[in-house]
Amino acid sequence: MSFKQITSPHAHASQNTGKVMQLVLWATLPGLLALTYHFGWGSLINVLLATATAVVAEALIVQMRGRSVSFYLRDYSAAVTAVLLGLALPPLAPWWVVVVGTLSSIVIAKHLYGGLGYNPFNPAMVGYVVLLISFPIQMTSWVTPLALLPEGVSHPGLIESLSIVFAGYSPADGVTGPTPLDSFKYSDGLLVEQIYSQNQLFSQAGIAGVGWEWVNLGFLAGGLVLIGSRIFTWHGPVAMLAAIAIMSALFWDGGSSDSPGSPLMHLFSGASMMGAFFILTDPVSSTVSNRGRLIYGALIGVLVYIIRAWGNYPDAVAFAVLLANFAAPFIDNYTLPRTYGHIDRRRATEKGEEEKSK
Amino acid sequence: MKTWVTPGGVHPPENKHQSLTLPIGTLPIPEKLLIPLSQHIGTAAKPCVELGSAVLKGQKIAEAAGPVSVPMHAPTSGTISAIEHRPIAHSSGMLAPCIEITSDGKDQWQAHQGVADYKNASASTLLQAIAEAGIAGMGGAGFPSAVKLNPGRERPIHTLIVNATECEPYITADDSAIRERAAEIIEGIGILSQILGHPDNIMIGIEDNKPEAIEALEPHVQGSGISVRSFPTKYPSGGEKQLIYILTGQEIPSGGLPADIGMVCVNIGTTYAIKRAIVDGEPLISRVTTMTGDACGINRNYETLIGTAVSHMLEHSQFNEERCSRLVMGGPMMGFSLTSAEVPIVKTTNCILAPSYQEIPDDEPAQPCIRCGLCAEACPVSLLPQQLFWYSQAEDYERLEAHNLFDCIECGACSYVCPSNIPLVQYYRHSKGEIQKARAEKVKSDHARQRFEFHQQRMEQAERDKEAKRAARREAAEQAKATAGAANNSAAKATAEGQSGDSAADIIAAAQARAAARKVSPEQQLAKFERSIAGAEMRLQMAEEKLTEADAQQTDEQKNILVAAVEAARQKLEQAKGRLAEHIKEHKGEQVD
Repeated sequence: MSFKQITSPHAHASQNTGKVMQLVLWATLPGLLALTYHFGWGSLINVLLATATAVVAEALIVQMRGRSVSFYLRDYSAAVTAVLLGLALPPLAPWWVVVVGTLSSIVIAKHLYGGLGYNPFNPAMVGYVVLLISFPIQMTSWVTPLALLPEGVSHPGLIESLSIVFAGYSPADGVTGPTPLDSFKYSDGLLVEQIYSQNQLFSQAGIAGVGWEWVNLGFLAGGLVLIGSRIFTWHGPVAMLAAIAIMSALFWDGGSSDSPGSPLMHLFSGASMMGAFFILTDPVSSTVSNRGRLIYGALIGVLVYIIRAWGNYPDAVAFAVLLANFAAPFIDNYTLPRTYGHIDRRRATEKGEEEKSK
Repeated sequence: MKTWVTPGGVHPPENKHQSLTLPIGTLPIPEKLLIPLSQHIGTAAKPCVELGSAVLKGQKIAEAAGPVSVPMHAPTSGTISAIEHRPIAHSSGMLAPCIEITSDGKDQWQAHQGVADYKNASASTLLQAIAEAGIAGMGGAGFPSAVKLNPGRERPIHTLIVNATECEPYITADDSAIRERAAEIIEGIGILSQILGHPDNIMIGIEDNKPEAIEALEPHVQGSGISVRSFPTKYPSGGEKQLIYILTGQEIPSGGLPADIGMVCVNIGTTYAIKRAIVDGEPLISRVTTMTGDACGINRNYETLIGTAVSHMLEHSQFNEERCSRLVMGGPMMGFSLTSAEVPIVKTTNCILAPSYQEIPDDEPAQPCIRCGLCAEACPVSLLPQQLFWYSQAEDYERLEAHNLFDCIECGACSYVCPSNIPLVQYYRHSKGEIQKARAEKVKSDHARQRFEFHQQRMEQAERDKEAKRAARREAAEQAKATAGAANNSAAKATAEGQSGDSAADIIAAAQARAAARKVSPEQQLAKFERSIAGAEMRLQMAEEKLTEADAQQTDEQKNILVAAVEAARQKLEQAKGRLAEHIKEHKGEQVD
């Protein structure tokens, strides 16, 4: 009788990377539904187009790298990157915007750095920033929420949406418009109260902007499901949202004409919730310890607020995340947990001699 | 009673019920028993029987070799049929010295009796008896019990913890032993308490998935001062460090022992063996081992003779090789796979697991680590397994040590949860081995360097001493010449000056005479010096050649030796040249004279 030599442990939980990624995909569904309901077919088209591009690009690159295509596609990581990018892009963006962004994500940000697990930057956000810098016009026109469409105008249907995206048709007047963060930023000289009463985006909204608040609630719901399923811990998202809330409360300025906006608006508008639960939780490019995640999340929250309030861009999740990606390895060096039997936490940069001399 | 909660941990399916349907059974005595001489931590035992000699059951067949070692005893009566290297149960599949006994089928005990009046016996008498009985920790590590129970006066023990956690899935050896032998176990704990000078706290730590065992213990601990503490089931609560934290909230300092914080932790199976040794005088020759897994028709615990081949157990358990995905000694989390069933059960073997492919399928290929952090959430000692993996791949040993690699208990919780199927523990074992190797090499090369530096220093010192002697001699010679001249002129005066000066002059004169006698012709000497220079030059060249050839494959240590050789050759050459120069100078001096 002879048996296989196999290393311990022999038992194995049934979790695998493909399942984790699939769960993340499912968790984006509430956000995607809210986007589709309030802003039409555009986001769904973005997501599907990005996914198709990503899968093809991934397969080609993996093939070029001489690895097993079926093995690597089974981890669903390319799909997650593509879906997140598709959700972040403006609905009804031209097809080539989506394709260029996805290729930047998959080819440049992911595979040129070594593929899954080796990318220092969040691939979806690299794709987004490449697009934002290269095609500012296409990237800053958003669709008007359903509730605010002028009378007689509706969101383009599926066929019409497809022709807008693929054949360059222009959408009808009134279908595109600014986002709440946009219009707030460019409403200089008005008190917050005045903006809220004059601008329909706010006056007809519950807490933070028509349509947008629902999109954010959708991502919040999906994120909570993921925390509940222990896909990631609460530390990063909570730290980021808390940092945004604290910053916007600190600089609220009593709602003066200089006020950068209320905590509610900053939390439930733009990409706040999606960023908190789906972007900064990308494990590959973020910090590894829970303490590190608190710092990392807070850093992103502070950066998001700073760029939104005093920078040139109305939203800033992509930039904030990429900047924090730079800092992640550094944060990791100083946030090791305290190991059993040790009096204090150690630094990752500690040399052998230092430990001895202690 | 308050218990503490360790970080991390996992909840793999327990699979303990299968082997608990039947009471502890016995197997027919196997025809041959193979007793490895090292079943414990420490030095291997030394055989004290000869090939072909007859032994009785319980007779000592190997002596403890040194303080951290245990003796071995014959598990049954028969004859010694081999003393040689055989394959044993080890993850490397290595051979180790073993004694083989061919059973005579009589199973005849040697005369034995327990320690007389053990309740009043001294701790040292009891420890001696435990050592003689060959008892080593039966929970897995196999540390000699008599050593563990004797931590020394500077470390008084206030807490005795009996480990009945048995947190690994499938294993029920301790569980079933407690159910059937609670009274004897408690008696064993009483003996331990006596040895340790009756510590303040005596606790039995047990997971709450063993209600029958807890119930079996309860009546026997009444009024004994022993408390049974149960706590929620979680793997790996049975690790010594984890159990101590769960029961006391204290941590063993990194790199330390429980005794450092006044505690001793003993496996509950060991307490039973100690009872049998002290009260009944029986050495450790059998233990409870769980035979389980779907590839076996019978799942149960056996009182198994040490040295029984695993194949013997399988044969009597309706084993189906076709169905068996792997053969594991130990549990599914920390056990190691056996490549052959012809290896013996040893004192630390608590389980033989023969799972089917449905239970434990072959491993999936590993995917890249996405640093999802599930491993860090599962780690019971708060490490960052994903970082340890990363730095293991990079062979960055400094970072690994800074990330406390050596505090990893290799419980396997990280690999268990890893969604990318990465054999993390294997990476850590490898890195630990490499670091230990590097440390040992560094010690060696440090020694070599020190030796070399000392040697060099010594040579320089010798050179200086010689130089100083030469100078002294020259000076003395000149002085002697002067005094000799002076003496001729005024002998009377010298005599008046005293005995000492006179005798000194005599000695010097005598030495000069001897030197003159020894003197060879200057030409001969010159030729000798030149030969020695040529020889030294050749040796230096050879040493240098060796060093340049060596560069590629050799280790630092070997290189250091070669460098030292080159340096030594160079010094010899210089010495030879120095001597030549000296000679020429002297010779010239003579000519001038």
